[in-house]
Amino acid sequence: MTGLWALFLNAAFVDNMPLILFLGLCTFLALSKQADAALGLGVAITGVLGITVPLNHLIYSAVLAPGAWAWAGMPELDLSYLALIAFIGVIAAAVQVLEMILDRFFPKIHAAFGVFLPLLTVQCAILAGSLFMVERSYTLAESAVFGLGSGVGFTVAVVMLGALRSRLAYADLPAGLRGLGIAFVLAGIMSLGFASFAQMAATL
Amino acid sequence: MANRTEYWHVLTEPLVRQNPVTLQILGICSALAVTTTLATAVTMSISLTVVLTLAAGIISAIRRHIPDTIRLIVQIVIVASLVIVIDQVLQAYFAEISRALSVYVGLITTNCLVLGRTEAFARHHPPAPAMIDALGNGLGYSLVLVVIGGIRELFGKGELFGREVLPLADAGGWFTPLSLMLLAPSAFFLLGLLVWAVRSWRPEQTEAREHVPPGQMEAAE
Repeated sequence: MTGLWALFLNAAFVDNMPLILFLGLCTFLALSKQADAALGLGVAITGVLGITVPLNHLIYSAVLAPGAWAWAGMPELDLSYLALIAFIGVIAAAVQVLEMILDRFFPKIHAAFGVFLPLLTVQCAILAGSLFMVERSYTLAESAVFGLGSGVGFTVAVVMLGALRSRLAYADLPAGLRGLGIAFVLAGIMSLGFASFAQMAATL
Repeated sequence: MANRTEYWHVLTEPLVRQNPVTLQILGICSALAVTTTLATAVTMSISLTVVLTLAAGIISAIRRHIPDTIRLIVQIVIVASLVIVIDQVLQAYFAEISRALSVYVGLITTNCLVLGRTEAFARHHPPAPAMIDALGNGLGYSLVLVVIGGIRELFGKGELFGREVLPLADAGGWFTPLSLMLLAPSAFFLLGLLVWAVRSWRPEQTEAREHVPPGQMEAAE
């Protein structure tokens, strides 16, 4: 149990997706002008990561991993090079299904962050979650925890940046730094803070 | 040929004036993650430019046959196939760099730059201009990567492409490497400063104020 909790904290803070691993930065910067929109994005990402990483784990271990077809008499068959295409397909399908379910049963939630959902298909953080799961060979439980942890880390970072940027709308910045420039500098300062979480990894 | 100036325009426009990274906010993730050394930055730039150009060519060649409703899936599958080819080539011939790039080669698939250009340009134009536009955007992206990768490797390790440029203090030289340059925050700072520099040089790229202070109302109007 402690192992899973450590993995969760590690995914959320030490290996924070946008600030330390630079994943999902396009949406991180484009949709963080207000804190409440940022929260919607964070929740959507957490949900999709929590679903797709374990789902892709099942597909990878059952179909794509080297030796997965041993029961059919083809032990040397290695389909792992197809992982990328399979993962993207699963993510696109999962996002679509999630959107339909939300639309049918929870129209309020759907209206709240429906705009972000289709975008998540091409979010690098989502695909990277699945790719890291293969590279680090997590088990099914570990991959679910890793997906949720990464999502929570993304939410924390994007909400903080959104809150900072909405205050900065009233600041008198040099013209060239307005908007994107200052967002990078802010992200850099937050990244410095998150870098100190690396110390936490040693003590866990 | 009257078209030549037009093509030249399409090719050079994304280098600085419409740069994908500093102006369009596309493809930032990989731009920051792979720039700790110049070698990985250059490899990533070449891979992305090749994928982007080929994808734009293929998608624009079949643009009349892709049903509008499923075009995103079709585009992603085409891009993912090209990325798999690049990834296998890198693993076969440049194993060391391929390990350094880790998952970021696979992430070219979801690089917003690729889908952004195929969606915005290649879908509506014939193959030749689509590929030239893709090449221009790829080069604009490469320019940013090489600048940031060069700065980070030079000041972080005193090397360029793994060769010593600034003699290190440990080895009897004068340069003390700034190890912060190799960490994540410096990539954000450098890109922020680069955006500032480009926008000071090209003031038309600056973003409009979201809020005008009361004292400056008359001046702004």
